Amino acid sequence: MSIGTHFSYAVTVFLMVAGLFIVIARGNLIKKLVGLAIFQTSVYLLYIVPGKLIGGTAPILDDRFKLYSNPLPHVLILTAIVVGVATLALGLALAVRIREAYDTIEEDDILARDVDDCGADRQGK
Amino acid sequence: MSIALHLPALQVVIPLVSAPLAVLVRRADAAFLIVTAASWAAFATAIALWLGTGDGATISYAIGNWQPPWGIEYRVDRLSSFVLLIVSGMAAITLPYSRTSIEREIPHEQHYLFYAMFALCLTGLLGITITGDAFNIFVFLEISSLSSYVLIALGRDRRALMASYQYLVMGTIGATFIVIGIGLLYLMTGTLNLADMAGRLAQVGGTRPVLAALAFLTVGISLKLALYPLHQWLANAYTYAPSAVSAFLAATATKVSIYVLIRFYYSVFGESLVFEKLPLPEIMLLLSLAAMFAASAVAIFQHDLKRLFAYSSVAQIGYITLGLSFDSVTGLTASIVHLFNHAVTKGALFLLIGGAVAAVGGATLSRLSGLARVMPLTSFGIVLGGLSLIGVPGTAGFISKWYLILAALEKGQWWLAIAIVASSLLAVAYVWRFVEVAYFREPSADLATRREAPLGLLVPAWILVSTTLYFGLETSVTVGSAANAAAMLLGIGK
Repeated sequence: MSIGTHFSYAVTVFLMVAGLFIVIARGNLIKKLVGLAIFQTSVYLLYIVPGKLIGGTAPILDDRFKLYSNPLPHVLILTAIVVGVATLALGLALAVRIREAYDTIEEDDILARDVDDCGADRQGK
Repeated sequence: MSIALHLPALQVVIPLVSAPLAVLVRRADAAFLIVTAASWAAFATAIALWLGTGDGATISYAIGNWQPPWGIEYRVDRLSSFVLLIVSGMAAITLPYSRTSIEREIPHEQHYLFYAMFALCLTGLLGITITGDAFNIFVFLEISSLSSYVLIALGRDRRALMASYQYLVMGTIGATFIVIGIGLLYLMTGTLNLADMAGRLAQVGGTRPVLAALAFLTVGISLKLALYPLHQWLANAYTYAPSAVSAFLAATATKVSIYVLIRFYYSVFGESLVFEKLPLPEIMLLLSLAAMFAASAVAIFQHDLKRLFAYSSVAQIGYITLGLSFDSVTGLTASIVHLFNHAVTKGALFLLIGGAVAAVGGATLSRLSGLARVMPLTSFGIVLGGLSLIGVPGTAGFISKWYLILAALEKGQWWLAIAIVASSLLAVAYVWRFVEVAYFREPSADLATRREAPLGLLVPAWILVSTTLYFGLETSVTVGSAANAAAMLLGIGK
C-alpha cells in the first residue's frame, strides 16, 4: 500500500484536512467559507473516484462496451454540489450582512463587539 | 389507488409545495394561511401514519414506483412515525403563534419569506425522519439546515447574524462528516437503502472503513444534535433567533438528529457493532454526564433567560444520549420518551419566553424582575415548564427521569441514578433563578405598565404546557410508543 496506488485518496484526505484546517485556523469570515468549500469539495472526490474504472464507460447496453463505471456517485455528487453552492451562497450573504452590521468580517473583532453588546444587555439599558 | 397509500409521500410533499406557494403569493396573510394549513395537514398525516403503525407494522413507500433498494424508499415504523408526530405537531402549534410573534420581530415585507423558510425547514425535518435512504437523509438535512440558518438570521439583534454564521459553519462541517460516513458505507456495501445496507453490513462488519464510517457519522450527527462539547453553536442560535424559531428548533431540530443517530446505530450498524467493537458506550456515557453537569452549571450563571434555557437544552440532550449509552430496552425507551417530553417542554418554555420578550422587549433577567405581577400566566407557565425540566412528579419530565433511573438500576449502576438526581438539583438552581427574579422582586416602573402577552401567544404556549402536564400523568401514548419502538429497534439488532 503506497501513496502511488492510493494517489486519489491521498489527494482527497489532503484537501479534507486542509479545508477543515482553514475553517478552524482563519478568523476572516470569507476565508473560513473558502476552507469550508474546499472541505466539501474533497468529499466529491471521495465519492467520484471509486466509481470510475479506467477504460469504463457509462452503462450503455451494447456489445461494444464491456466495462462500466458506476454512474450513481456522479448523480449523488451533482446533488451535493448543488447543496455546496447553496451553502456557500448563504454563507457569503451572511458575511455581507455581518459586514453591514459590524463593519468588519474579522471574527475576533466581531466577538469583541458581541461581548460589549452582552455587557450592555446585562445592565438592562 | 386510494389516497391513504400515498400518505408517506404526502407527509413531505405538502409542506414542500407550500413553500414556493408562499413565495408566489407574496402576501403575509395568504402565506400564513397556506403554510399553516400545510403544517396541519402534515400533522394529520403524521397521526394517520402513527395509527397505521400501531401493530408494529412498517409502511414502505417506493418514490416514483422505483422499487427499493434501487429507488428511494420512504419507510415509516413505530419510531419514525412517533418523531413525525413530534415535528409536525410542534410546527402546527408554533405557526399560529408565529403570526403574532413575528409582527414585532421581522419587517412586514419579509413575512412571506419567513413562512416559506419555515415550511422548508419543516419539510427537511420530516424528510429526514421518513426517508429510508442514506443519501436522502443528507439532502433533507441540508434543506432543513439551510432554512434554519436563514430563520435564525432573521432575528432582530445583529448577533443573530453571527449566530447564524457560526451555526452554518458548524452545521456544514457536521453534514459533511455525515456525507463522508455515508460515502464510506456506500463504498463498502454498494447500496444506499438503509434496510439493504444493514443486511450487507453483516458481511463486512468490523472492517476499518465501516468503523471509520461509524466514527464520522457519530461525530457529524453529534455536531447536529449538540452533544456536549459540540454544542457551541446552539446557545447563540437559540438566544438570538426570533421567538417562534427558537421554540420550533429547540423542540425539533436536535430531536430529529437524535433520531438519525438512533436509526444508524440500531437499524444500520446494529448494536453488536456499535457497542462492542468501539468504546462508544463509555464515550457516550462520559459526554452525557459532562453535558448533564457542565451545561446545567453554565445555565445557572446566564443573564439571559433564552440563553439559560438553551444551555438547559444541552443538558437535557445529555439525558437522551445517556439513555442510548445503556444499550438496553429501558434505556432506549427512556431516550425516546425524553425526546418527546423535552420537545414539548422546551417548546412550551420558548413560546412563553417569546411572549415575555414581546411585552418586555428582551429576555435578560434584569428586565424580567417582577414579571409575575405583570404577566402571571406567562410566569406560571414558565415555572411549570421548569418543573418538568427538573423532573417533578406530575410533569412529563418526571416520566423520562423515572425510566432513566430504572435503566441505570437495571444495569446495577446505582451511582448513575444518584448522578441523574444530582444533576436535576442543578436544574432546580437555574429554574429558581427565574422564580426568584419573577416572583420575589418588584417590577420596575417601566415593566409595571406592560400587560400580559396577547392571546395569540398565550394559547399555543399553554396548549404545550398542558400537554406537558397531561403526559406527566397519562403515559400510555408516549411510553407505549417508545417501548414499542425500542423493542422493535433492539429486535432488529439482535
